[in-house]
Amino acid sequence: MIKMKSLLALLPAVIAIAPLGAETFVIRNATVMTVSKGTFKGSVVVKDGKIADVGEKVLEPAGATIIDGNGQYLIPGIIDCHSHIAADGGINEGSVSVSSMVDIRDVINPEDIAIYRALAGGVTTANILHGSANPIGGCTLPLKMRWGKDAQSMIFEGATPGIKFALGENPKRAGNPQGGRGGTTPVQARYPATRMGVEDTIREAFNEAKAYKAEWDGYNAKVAHGEHPIPPRKDLKLEPLKEVLEGKRFVHAHCYRADEILMLLRVADDYGFKIRTLQHVLEGYKVAKEIAAHGAGASTFSDWWSYKVEAFDAIPFNAAIMTKKGVVVSLNSDDAELMRHLNSEAGKAMKYGGMSETEALAMVTLNPAKQLGIDNRVGSIEVGKDADLVLYDKFPLSDYAKVQKVLIDGTVYFDRDKEVTGRPAKAAEKQKLIDKEKQNQQQPGRGGRGGRAGQGGQAQ
Amino acid sequence: MKKLVTALLLFCAYAFAEAPSTVAIRNARIVTVSGPVIAKGTVIVRHGLIEAVGENVPVPADAWVVDGEGMTVYPGLIDSLSTVGMPGIAVTAAAATGGRGGGRGQATPATTAAATATVERARGPEDRPSTTSWVIAADELLSADRRIETVRGGGVTTAVTFPTRGIFAGQGSIIDLLSGEKAGEMVLVPSVGQYISLSRGGGGGGGGGGFPSALMGTISYIRQIYLDAAHYQLVKDAYAKDPRGMTRPEYDRALEGVIESKRILLPANRLVEIDRMLRFAAELKQSTILYGARESYRPEAAELLKKSGTPVLVSIRWPEAPRDANPEDVDSFRTLETRDKAASAPSVLQKAGVKYALYFDGLDQPRDIQRAVKKAIDAGLSREDALRALTLTPAQIYGVADRLGSIEKGKIANLIVTNGELFDDRTKIQMIFVDGKKYMPAADTTTGGRGPATDDPGANQ
Repeated sequence: MIKMKSLLALLPAVIAIAPLGAETFVIRNATVMTVSKGTFKGSVVVKDGKIADVGEKVLEPAGATIIDGNGQYLIPGIIDCHSHIAADGGINEGSVSVSSMVDIRDVINPEDIAIYRALAGGVTTANILHGSANPIGGCTLPLKMRWGKDAQSMIFEGATPGIKFALGENPKRAGNPQGGRGGTTPVQARYPATRMGVEDTIREAFNEAKAYKAEWDGYNAKVAHGEHPIPPRKDLKLEPLKEVLEGKRFVHAHCYRADEILMLLRVADDYGFKIRTLQHVLEGYKVAKEIAAHGAGASTFSDWWSYKVEAFDAIPFNAAIMTKKGVVVSLNSDDAELMRHLNSEAGKAMKYGGMSETEALAMVTLNPAKQLGIDNRVGSIEVGKDADLVLYDKFPLSDYAKVQKVLIDGTVYFDRDKEVTGRPAKAAEKQKLIDKEKQNQQQPGRGGRGGRAGQGGQAQ
Repeated sequence: MKKLVTALLLFCAYAFAEAPSTVAIRNARIVTVSGPVIAKGTVIVRHGLIEAVGENVPVPADAWVVDGEGMTVYPGLIDSLSTVGMPGIAVTAAAATGGRGGGRGQATPATTAAATATVERARGPEDRPSTTSWVIAADELLSADRRIETVRGGGVTTAVTFPTRGIFAGQGSIIDLLSGEKAGEMVLVPSVGQYISLSRGGGGGGGGGGFPSALMGTISYIRQIYLDAAHYQLVKDAYAKDPRGMTRPEYDRALEGVIESKRILLPANRLVEIDRMLRFAAELKQSTILYGARESYRPEAAELLKKSGTPVLVSIRWPEAPRDANPEDVDSFRTLETRDKAASAPSVLQKAGVKYALYFDGLDQPRDIQRAVKKAIDAGLSREDALRALTLTPAQIYGVADRLGSIEKGKIANLIVTNGELFDDRTKIQMIFVDGKKYMPAADTTTGGRGPATDDPGANQ
């Protein structure tokens, strides 16, 4: 009897230990757009958070939850290679030209509603970048949109971290005493104020980083010889640049004009590192061959231009032209709203430049996965990959398609039915709070109101 | 007997702080906090210390007798995070770079102008921006600060007061709220820890202010400081061992101040911030106290705090709807929920077994303090737990429970005498003893606070 009791007591513990993604799903009879292995009508089996089987006919495990995909479309989770959501306390450390000491990892806000909205737009992974105020910005990393989890659980585990660079108008404007964002307060000039200065800033930073790396290499060599020297000072500004030189950190460079793109590729060649992706890269079509030769990816907008001088030469054929020249191209959002319909952004690549359905869809799935070095895990529907999947009611590259369900690691993180049916209850709960507050306000002698406590940490 | 009390009260109306060396409060209800409540007993105070407490304690012949019939004696309250006694603006011009930090309403126009005049903006962590880690509150103490009297009127006999400006603002001190004494006499412990702020105060992004301007910049700066401190210590030790042939390490007062601080105070209001700062504290390997804790009413937050074993100071400046808000605007669900539930945080923390103290966060009018604590009691906190979170627990958190926080023989005679339950509307504090010196509550006057522990996330939330 005692044994039975202890066994029963153990039961909930066992259930609690099992990972959340452990539920087994079969998404049955959908149009499966695998991106890497064609499109067909079939089913996908999800087990232990991974894709266990894909095909026109699959073996359905006993006890699996069946999702009827009939008449619907299943695609790999959308990946946004350039996003600024889910970060607290400012996206730019704009006070210095080289801000490589800062890290998005430190300021992840898992409660940013933009995460849920992105999820509702089919996004399962996003590369969260520092802003573009500085020639060398902060450290970055891809997040999975695991809405409801804590900050550290959002991080795409094992993904190579990145660093943001920025060229052109933004970094030089931040240094302009007339411009900048200081408003009415006098703004102290910040170097650089020209494109020449931007290049120099990056070169100087890498000169420093090389010397720093040499210092540490020397120290490590001595330690390897059994000596006990005092280690050099660890410099958080130079550590990430050292990692770039060692190939351990990806460079994601914000850029527009062809001349500055070539400049950056040359700087990278000079210092022996690679540019992983060129971001925005609106004039990339002019230098696509050079970009392909360097091996850089390009993450651009579908058809967004002329919002500033350096964006005047942009064309909507950019993505298609670069693709045809051998560049891995993705389409990004750079924006919490645009992030919610990257599927139709990808569709535009079919109109401008005649990309196939698969090529277009790859621009928001497999290609950004390649650019972020996570294509072994995500980006296509293949056996063994993470079960990051999006079910659409209609052809997903259409404006009319609506996301029905989103799975990440085999767990349903967005369910349209539940969202829609849950709204009245949520609204009622909120209204209750509003009413309660109003009622309390009408009561005299409410706590602290009579005193000077009213500022309660708001509106500073 | 009543006459005696009245006479005493009258006497005190003109004698500000009378200091008989021995006082006996008899026939009073005594809430000792550390032990059971004594329904009717006597407290003997001699030379600033509690000489005896109990039901049948003889009254010494030389004692001034206070008849406590109908009165309750409590230990003096401790404001566990205060700015009382601190000058409006701290120290050097370099410290004021970017004009950051809290201290709302304290900077005088003159000092603000001085701070923004000709300060070089910081270009990186090496310039040690917004850092006055070496400043010790006790050394800056203004014993003439009018707030001492105001706060004491609310029953606060002890404050843990911290310098107010900058990221590394400086080291806090535990002070007894005496009036008319030398600053040195007020100090119980000169340095209890380093006050760290992450709020953006001035600066702003993209141009104007110096480094750091964003939250991630501030965090990276703090991280660099602790890396530098460890390295500095290493080099200094090596040099002390054998200076021959070794370059002299450069003296860095910012690092000295950080190294000599035995604990740090980190701000965290939202659940996200509590999670972030607990991880940060573990990374920095510093003994840490969190302050703010507005969203600690959320069970997830209480669970995190419990798991980490980190003590937390909860601001009782409960959030309220802004008074001049556009009536068309509707706050987010989280904001509404936080305003509704914030005052339940202490009871949630209590149930979760978290070590927490309450702090007044600039509330200094006795009436406001009373209301704010009452709000927590109405939200589920017991009176006993509320009192403990304002007396013994803060004393324990700061490691001074051997001399403060309860009515026990040998402890410092910080007491309050009331005519009823401490946090009730109709209750009045009759007299206050600090270091055995008797004070009467002062009339209401206004003072400022420190400002919110962390910035609001704004549109990002």
